[in-house]
Amino acid sequence: MLKTFKGGVHPPEYKELAKDRIIERLPEPKRVILPLSQHIGAPARPVVEPKQRVIKGQLVAEASGFVSANIFTPITGTVVGISRQPVAGGVHTECIVIEKEGGSGEEFRFEPLKDPAPAQIVERVRDAGIVGLGGAAFPTHVKLSPPEDYPIDTVIINGAECEPFLNVDYRLMLENADELIAGALLIKRAVNAKRLIIAVESNKKDAAEGLRTRAGDGIEVEIVPTKYPQGSEKHLIKTVLGREVPSGGLPFHVGVLVQNVQTAIAVKRAVADGLPLYERVITVSGPSVEKPGNFLVFIGTPASEVIGAAGGLKEDAAKVIFGGPMTGIALSRLDVPVVKGTSGIIALSKNMVCSFDEADICIRCGRCIDACPMGLEPYLLGTLSRLGKAEALLEHNVFDCIECGSCAYICPSKRNLIQLIRLGKVKAKEAKEQ
Amino acid sequence: MSEKQGVLKKLKVSAPPHILHPDTTQKIMFTVVIALLPIVLYDLYLFRWYAAVTLFWSIFGAVFAEALIQQIRRVPLTVSDGSAFLTGVLFALTLPPKVPWWISFIGGFVAIALGKQAFGGIGANIFNPALVGRIFVLLSWPQHLTADWFQKINLDTISGATPMFVAKQFYLGNVKVELSDFYLIHLFRNPFGSMGEVSAFLILFGFVFLLVQKVIDYVTPLAYVGTVALLTALAGRDPLFYVLGGGLLFGAVFMATDYVTTPITRRGKLIFGIGAGFLTFLLRLYANTPEAVAYSILFMNAMTPLIDLYTRPRVFGVGKR
Repeated sequence: MLKTFKGGVHPPEYKELAKDRIIERLPEPKRVILPLSQHIGAPARPVVEPKQRVIKGQLVAEASGFVSANIFTPITGTVVGISRQPVAGGVHTECIVIEKEGGSGEEFRFEPLKDPAPAQIVERVRDAGIVGLGGAAFPTHVKLSPPEDYPIDTVIINGAECEPFLNVDYRLMLENADELIAGALLIKRAVNAKRLIIAVESNKKDAAEGLRTRAGDGIEVEIVPTKYPQGSEKHLIKTVLGREVPSGGLPFHVGVLVQNVQTAIAVKRAVADGLPLYERVITVSGPSVEKPGNFLVFIGTPASEVIGAAGGLKEDAAKVIFGGPMTGIALSRLDVPVVKGTSGIIALSKNMVCSFDEADICIRCGRCIDACPMGLEPYLLGTLSRLGKAEALLEHNVFDCIECGSCAYICPSKRNLIQLIRLGKVKAKEAKEQ
Repeated sequence: MSEKQGVLKKLKVSAPPHILHPDTTQKIMFTVVIALLPIVLYDLYLFRWYAAVTLFWSIFGAVFAEALIQQIRRVPLTVSDGSAFLTGVLFALTLPPKVPWWISFIGGFVAIALGKQAFGGIGANIFNPALVGRIFVLLSWPQHLTADWFQKINLDTISGATPMFVAKQFYLGNVKVELSDFYLIHLFRNPFGSMGEVSAFLILFGFVFLLVQKVIDYVTPLAYVGTVALLTALAGRDPLFYVLGGGLLFGAVFMATDYVTTPITRRGKLIFGIGAGFLTFLLRLYANTPEAVAYSILFMNAMTPLIDLYTRPRVFGVGKR
């Protein structure tokens, strides 16, 4: 019997659609759109001018604070503009737009580091613009720099990939196991941890076995139950180590650092190969994608081009999502760019698209309470949010909600609970600030 | 650009999650109706038209009240969610088969009007609507709901009183009934009580069905029935007699598991079950009322908001480390 956390749900996995598709590298796009804000924290500051020529791998925008990240161009070409462009989420944000020029073959790389010291690893990770590639896009160098009073004893590499449809980490664990292990060891060294655990969900046993045979001494490969949201770092820590990150706290409060599989590989490439972060692997899948697959994509490529590489959308496509179906962002248009945090593009068919019931009636079945991995009362949070009860929302720990979507997924009344809770957080924050 | 705009128009946008569990409120309500179906069919077999008429007017009264009041309140009609239909069935099953049709209708109507819509409709009511209807008609027209009903149907039966009444007689020693007969009657063919109590076996069947369908939690019924059994045993009585007799099993499985009017957490359900069991024990042994189960559940319904307040789940990362 595998250890687990309380709550969670078991949505259909839909992994089989693209599970066995080998990662395919897409060609350089003619044009990239690089949002200055594609990570958690302050937007990056442009360091190029319109009409300036840039070469592949060149820094085009620099971190504007500690919690921020550098941005690099994946193509050689000309900056055609720095302006507001549509991005995922229905908004326009400041972007650097670059147009490709015909084959020059030039490329910028950092100096590869051999046997780097911990501080050198952290510095390189920051310089290379690495952020959490599991989807959250939190700057990795920040996680690698915990406060001194909180030593990290254990690094967990997150290979849970609990979102339906996505196979990014699965493919990388199969195809790039050695780089993953090298990256994981670099992360372990960077924070001077004693233990290194690679956690893989039980539906990816083959990947776990492969890692086990390659990993040397001192690397533990642990199989965790297939349950959503197993990949949430708090719940992965709970499952693997039995430790609970305190409310409002971060993993370093319990001596743990969690990094996603692809992030670890990016760390390896930045340190050992000098590669800045300008590409990532994404899964393009769903019932309305002609040829689902896994693709190595240059960041800034418009979604429509990536979908095109997967054979395009079927006639019945009704919803296109950046990320997984539990937490992803629904797109209103397809010319928005893939960013560092885009783990997948999922196209759902008309008969798969569900609607929330705006009547917002709770029948008190209690399924959301059983599903909530944070021990919250989602039914109540939703109602309190609708009533605008900011103080009660705080009292019921609204800020502990990780917005995993388990409650809204399981709700038989189809309440739009995540939307309500997000609104509730805004209201509670306003009340707190007054 | 026109192509892009075409795509733009076609795509649906919403907050996550983008996939939802197939269960709906409607599906849950009709699953409970299906769990009740063997009991209903058995009633129709035993009591024929009497059962049919009572069921029809109860359901009609409930659904009619729901639709009428929602029309007056100018809120969306939710009759199709099946909850008023279910209330109608549950209310009918609290009645003996032969009651005047207008009692069924008024009871069904009151169950929804007073028991549910008066509080704002589905999800907002404090008391179990079917039991509100039951108590309303009982207090209003007790003569139609007790001892005399089945004399009009003329079943060849052994006694003229409801089993729990017989029970009191039994223990007082006035009437001779074999205990084993009593068990068998209640398990398989009990025409003396209300229609829901016609067979403990079929109630258990519905219980298992609801568990398998994951519609209810076993905690409430088990805590409820278990408490009654334990306390009667401690009081030196036959626990099986008290478990099988009266409306306990029906109430524990179908009334004490109502989502809206009972606690939402497991710990809360446990408290609810034990509380209802304790009250049922007290009322049955020490009060002169035939409605121990109904009153116990209604009382615990009133306690539910308080129980919810004190049984909140433990928030991840708070308290235990």
